[in-house]
Amino acid sequence: MKRNTKAGAETMLDGHTMIISLSGDIDHHSAKRIRGEIDNSLFTNRPKRAVMDMSGVEFMDSAGLGLILGRIACAEKIGCRLTLLSPSPQVMRILDLAGAGRLIEIKQH
Amino acid sequence: MESTEKRRSGRPPEDLKNEIRIELPSLSINEGIARLIVSSFISQLDPTFEELCDIKCAVSEAVTNCIVHGYRDARGIVYITVKILNERTVRIEVRDKGCGIENVKEAMQPLFTTDSEGERSGMGFTVMQSFTDRLAVVSRPGKGTRVTMIKTLSGPRERQ
Ligand SMILES: Nc1ncnc2c1ncn2[C@@H]1O[C@H](COP(=O)(O)OP(=O)(O)OP(=O)(O)O)[C@@H](O)[C@H]1O
Ligand SMILES: [Mg+2]
Repeated sequence: MKRNTKAGAETMLDGHTMIISLSGDIDHHSAKRIRGEIDNSLFTNRPKRAVMDMSGVEFMDSAGLGLILGRIACAEKIGCRLTLLSPSPQVMRILDLAGAGRLIEIKQH
Repeated sequence: MESTEKRRSGRPPEDLKNEIRIELPSLSINEGIARLIVSSFISQLDPTFEELCDIKCAVSEAVTNCIVHGYRDARGIVYITVKILNERTVRIEVRDKGCGIENVKEAMQPLFTTDSEGERSGMGFTVMQSFTDRLAVVSRPGKGTRVTMIKTLSGPRERQ
């Protein structure tokens, strides 16, 4: 039986761009902590651009959608352009349900 | 009608093949545990990866709603029943004895949420609806909410 992988967000700065790497299972249980980790880094560093790398996300439900929509709003507040990178087909289906493609640039590798 | 059906196929229309009942306290850690238990149980049907993802996600939405909305900050039990019917149909029922929903039709609208601080997207019911074949929600204010989801899996895949 496959275990739930601990979810997390790792952030690093690459010049003016912040790379936010999400991993594991993003649900209501993990979203609050991940949100804190991202916002902490985002508001401290105030980057011009941020890339949210979704390639490590193994599961995501509407709580993850809320997390992403919330970060779009946060990034806007500090004048940062946020992009989503490499969501899996499963994650992409959830993003599509909310029409997230109209709100944020989504890039595949 | 039902008896003709029975005679023709030689078995009742809803043929229960297997069943699991789970009761979990309304702790957020149990959202992932519920997903794991249900997906392990469903694995006996050899679902496609996508079907398994869909079911995990739908279960996650229903269980999270019981915890977040049904019981709010109070502690309660989330009741989950999964039945396998007619070979490849999965029927999942997720129930709470929480606050209930005043207006179910409104609650099921995409983007509708009563939450203001938790960054909810209001897409939980939309996900459940899109990822299963049928979604039914019955709720009584002050009594609780029952969500039933039905999904028929594609034909058994060829095995080695
Ligand atoms: N089990 C429940 N008990 C009480 N109210 C519920 C229950 N499930 C859903 N609701 C109500 O229905 C609304 C919509 O639910 P839905 O899952 O679609 O969105 P959400 O939970 O608010 O946000 P999201 O699921 O996107 O995080 C909720 O905001 C809540 O008011
Ligand atoms: Mg919900």
